[in-house]
Formats: sequence, C-alpha cells, structure tokens
Amino acid sequence: MSNTSSESTEQVFQSLTSANMSKKRRFRNAAASVAMVGAFLVAAIPLFAMGASVLSQGLGVVLSVDWWTQPIPGDVGRSDLAGNEDLCGLGFGDAAECESGESSTSVVEGMQPAIVGTFLTVFGASVMAIPLGILGAVYLHEYGKTGRLARFIRFMTDVMVGVPSVVMGVFIYTIWVLNFGTNGKSAFAASLALGCLMLPIVVRSTEEMLKLVPNALREASAALGTRTWKTTLKVVLPAASAGITSGCLLAVARAAGETAPVVFTIGYVTTTNFSMRGQNTTLSAQIYSQLTNGGSIATQLAWGAAVTLVGIVLVLTLTARAISSRLTIGRT
Amino acid sequence: MTTQLERPPAESEETSRNLLTEQGSGAVADGIFRKVTLLSGVAVLVILVLIAVTTTKQAWPAFSEFGTSYFFGTEWIPSEGLYGILPLVYGTVLVSLIAVFFAVPLSIGIALFVTELAHRRVRSSITLVIDLLAAVPSVVFGLWGFYQLIPIFQSVFNTISEAVASIPVLNVIFGPGSGSSFMSAGLILALMIIPIITSVTREVFLTVPENDKSGSLALGATRWEMIKGVVIPHSTGGLTGAVMLGLGRAMGETVAVALLIGASPQISANLFGRGETMPAQIFRSLSEAGGVYRSALIGLGVCLFVITIVVNVSARRMVLVIDRRIKGTV
Repeated sequence: MSNTSSESTEQVFQSLTSANMSKKRRFRNAAASVAMVGAFLVAAIPLFAMGASVLSQGLGVVLSVDWWTQPIPGDVGRSDLAGNEDLCGLGFGDAAECESGESSTSVVEGMQPAIVGTFLTVFGASVMAIPLGILGAVYLHEYGKTGRLARFIRFMTDVMVGVPSVVMGVFIYTIWVLNFGTNGKSAFAASLALGCLMLPIVVRSTEEMLKLVPNALREASAALGTRTWKTTLKVVLPAASAGITSGCLLAVARAAGETAPVVFTIGYVTTTNFSMRGQNTTLSAQIYSQLTNGGSIATQLAWGAAVTLVGIVLVLTLTARAISSRLTIGRT
Repeated sequence: MTTQLERPPAESEETSRNLLTEQGSGAVADGIFRKVTLLSGVAVLVILVLIAVTTTKQAWPAFSEFGTSYFFGTEWIPSEGLYGILPLVYGTVLVSLIAVFFAVPLSIGIALFVTELAHRRVRSSITLVIDLLAAVPSVVFGLWGFYQLIPIFQSVFNTISEAVASIPVLNVIFGPGSGSSFMSAGLILALMIIPIITSVTREVFLTVPENDKSGSLALGATRWEMIKGVVIPHSTGGLTGAVMLGLGRAMGETVAVALLIGASPQISANLFGRGETMPAQIFRSLSEAGGVYRSALIGLGVCLFVITIVVNVSARRMVLVIDRRIKGTV
C-alpha cells in the first residue's frame, strides 16, 4: 500500500516538473516570457535613446552661464523663418531642406526669457488650479460622497482629464485672447489654459489621497466636538498632505511640458519678461519655434531648451515619486 | 460634564453647548466652507460648459456658412476657401489607430511582465521607466522624432514599399512615401500612449483573484497557460476601457504629431504618405489665422472636443461597469 502510493507520488512529481512537460508547452511558456520582457525593452530602448540624444545634443549649451542669463538670439531664428516657410511650406516636412539655408554663427546663446516664462506660467496655473482642485476634491470626498451631484462631477472630471490640451488652448484663445486682441496674449492667458489642464488632475489625485485618510481620524475629531470644516483643514488635509503634494507636483510637471495650449495664448518674446502681463515665452514653445526655424543655432537652442525642460520635469516627477513612496512605507 | 472639565475654566457652559449644536459662528463657518468646496467642485462643470459654449459660438460662422460641406467635405485647402474637415478627421483616426495597434500589445506585455513575471525588486524599476516615459513632454518626443527618427523612418519605409511593390493590396497601403507620414506620427504616438495603457491594464490585472491564478497553476498550467486561461478572460472588459483611454489620448496629442505627420491634409490609404490631424492643424495655424479660417479652426477644436468626450465617456463607462462587477464579486 505504502509502496504504490509513493510510486504514484513520484509519477505526479515527474509530470509536474518541467522535465516531463511537452516541448510545445514549454516552448510557448518561454516564448511568452521572452515576449513580455521584449515588450518592455521595446518601450525602454527608445526612452534611453531619446534621453541620450537630448543630453548629447543639448547639454553643451546648457552648461554655460549665458544660457541662464542671456536673452534669446531672436533675429537669428526669426529672420530665416520667412525664407524657410517658402521652402518647406507650413509642413516643414523635409528636415534636410529646412536646415540647409542656415550657416551664420552667433555667439550669444541664452534661454533666460523662456526659463522665466515657464516658471511664471506654471506658477500662475498652480496658484489657480491647486487650491481650487483641492477644495473640489474635499467637496467630492467629504461632503458629496456618493450623492448624485458628486458622482456627476467625478465623472465629468475624469472626462475633463481626457480633453486634449490643444482644446484648452483654443478655449482660452476664444474667451481671452480674442476679447483682448494682441494684448490678450500673455503669461496670464497661458496660465489660465494650463490651469484648466491641471484642475481635473489635481481634483482626482487629491480625492484618491483623501480616500486613504482613515475614517477613525475624522470620527475622533468629530467626537471632540470639532466642526467638519475644522476637521477637514486641521486633520484630514494634513494627514493626506504628502500624497496631495505628490499629485500636485505631477500635475505641475505635466503643465510645464505642455506646448499646444501655450503657443497661441502666450505670444513670442526674445527678452525676459517678469510680468504676468504682456507677451512671453516658455521652454516648450521655444523648442517648437526654434525647431521650425531650422538652422544650426536654432537647432542648438531647441536641444538646449529640451534638456532644460526635461530636467525641470524630471526633478518634479522624481520628487513626487519620492514623496509618494515614502508615504506608502508609512502606510504599511 | 467631562467636556467642562477639559475645557478652560473661562468658557461658560453656554458657549460650550453652542459649539456642539447647530447654532453659533461654528455652524456659519461650516456652511460657508461647504459652499466654497461645492463651488470649487462645480468649477469643473462650469469650465466644461464654457469650453463647449464659447468655442461653438466662435466656430458658428464656419458651421453656418459651409454647413454640411464643412463636416463632410473631403478637401481642406484654406487658401482656396475649401474647409472640409474629413481629411483631418481621417488623419486623426488613422494615426490614433496605428498608435493603438502598436501600443496595446506592448502595453499588455509590459503589464503582464510587471504583474506576473517580474521579481518584486525589479518591479519598481520597471514602473520607474514607464513613469519616466509618461513624464517626457510631447514636444521633446517631437524634437527627437523630427531630427533622429525621420531619416531612419525614411529608409525603412522605402525598403518596405520597394519590397511589397508588386503585391496588389500591400503596394497601396505601404506605397512610396516620406519620413514624415501617418506611420511616423502613429509610431511616435504609440510610444507616448504606452504609459497610460500600461498603467490602466496593470490595475485591471491586479484585480484578478489570486485564488483563480493559484488554482490554475495547481492544475499544472504553465505561467502562460494561466495568463491565457485566467488573467486575460477576467480582464477583457477592463482592457477595452484601457484601449479606449489610450485612443482618446492619442487623438488629442498635438505637438509630436504636428512635427512628424507632414502637414498635408489628404485621405489616402498609403500609410507612408503625408497627412494631417485635427489638433496638428489647429496648432499650426490658429495664431496666424483670421476670419472664416479662424472659425473653421476653432470648429475643428469643437469637433475634437466632442469626439474625445465621446471616446472618454464610453471608456470611463466601461471602467465603471468593471469596477462595479469586481466590487460585486469580492
């Protein structure tokens, strides 16, 4: 009895080990694993290739002091735009043709106006969108909960996250720039567009974080006789602050990298403008316009602006990740 | 009485009672705070309505002047006063479909890699790479694609179109083309929507009950058979939602597409031919346009808004339904 049982156990053992598995099944399993790793590599390799080429092309200009302090060499880029437009049409499709016309070498290379403009617009957008978004999330989670209006707002917020950024730009263009003419193009108008873009992201990420705050905290606060508003401001929001900060940083990073809503709301300048009024420029807008300008200097400027922009976005993203990973450790 | 003991002696019983009841300044502050948060919540709805109303109003001249020839016209040549948006809609849809076609298998592969295959320690570095891919601004993808990819695409596309030149259908789809084309824009878009599809797909895969997976493995299934038999059937609905979200994102992407598509609005089956999408056309021309041209471009914005809302609403619906089903079973 015991003998037969041990025999069958051995059989079962053998049939379960990979040694006894049919070649076809083993091959399929291995192929699937390889395909999964391959899928990851297909996505990762372009990322690293892009990182490498952005760094190698742009790092040189960024390391000079002039880059951070000098105005953009406007006449260089702008003057050959007219000529290039004839050559390439609005499509600027053929890169070689577009680049061929340009060979002048200017010494001054700076990007200060765009760096200042980026910080101004993103700051303006954050000031508008972050408080509004956090309060909206407080309504959804602390007051509205599963009520009809709250569910509707939540749904529409999700939908708004999916609205293309270019539509936000068109919106601010029609409501602001068209009403104020050329004066309408300003860092403030761009802030409005970016704010519209950030708002739903802030609302949704903040609400997710409010969900993580244990209800016991709210109940304890209520049991001490604290009003809901005070509980929210002094207990719930501080408890969720790390997560909220991380979500907001991601929204800021997203806004900093946006080009489409900025280009037709901000105008174009080549000298630094510290004011929210008047035309301005951002790094992303510079990358696009220098790229369409063509020419060796403009190309240098575009790559340099890309390094600067990617640097800013990376710092924001990695900070957000660091904050949220610390939060996860604290939670478990 | 305990409350009185804990409170400072200066406070009378009356004020402490007021604090705990519905009257007094505390209640007023509560009401105000509630209203402020409500207004902030409603801001989202207000903005959406404003977007719809103001853009439609500005686009109306084009809508009313051209009528059906605006929505169903097959030629978009602003210099000749021809504003038919079909070539742009075609370009938008085609490019997004190419992007989804390439991005979905890759994203599912990456999501499976993260959830089923990778060791716990590797997992965080994979998500870091995907997060970084999501963080790169669209314009940087465009810049890189414009300078580094177009020449590569050019030679690859030429090789392919020469190879299939004598095969009946393929020689139309993969006809002679240029480095900036539907395909170029679609490929760079695929790279850009991988993060969103991957993250949604991963969430969906994480909801597959561990017992089902263990049960399948216990019956002697290989990992791949377990994935095929348990994970994928359990996730089909969620995957559809993820694909739709990716599609919505792809349709709205602007700058990278504008730089890689070649800017010639046309309806052509040749994937290697130049084309144009709605966001790219708006982006390129809105600043300089005036009059009817401007209206027509803003009208494109309205159409894009409507299309992406429809796509997103159906995607969210799908995800919601799945959420409910999962919550029902657990």
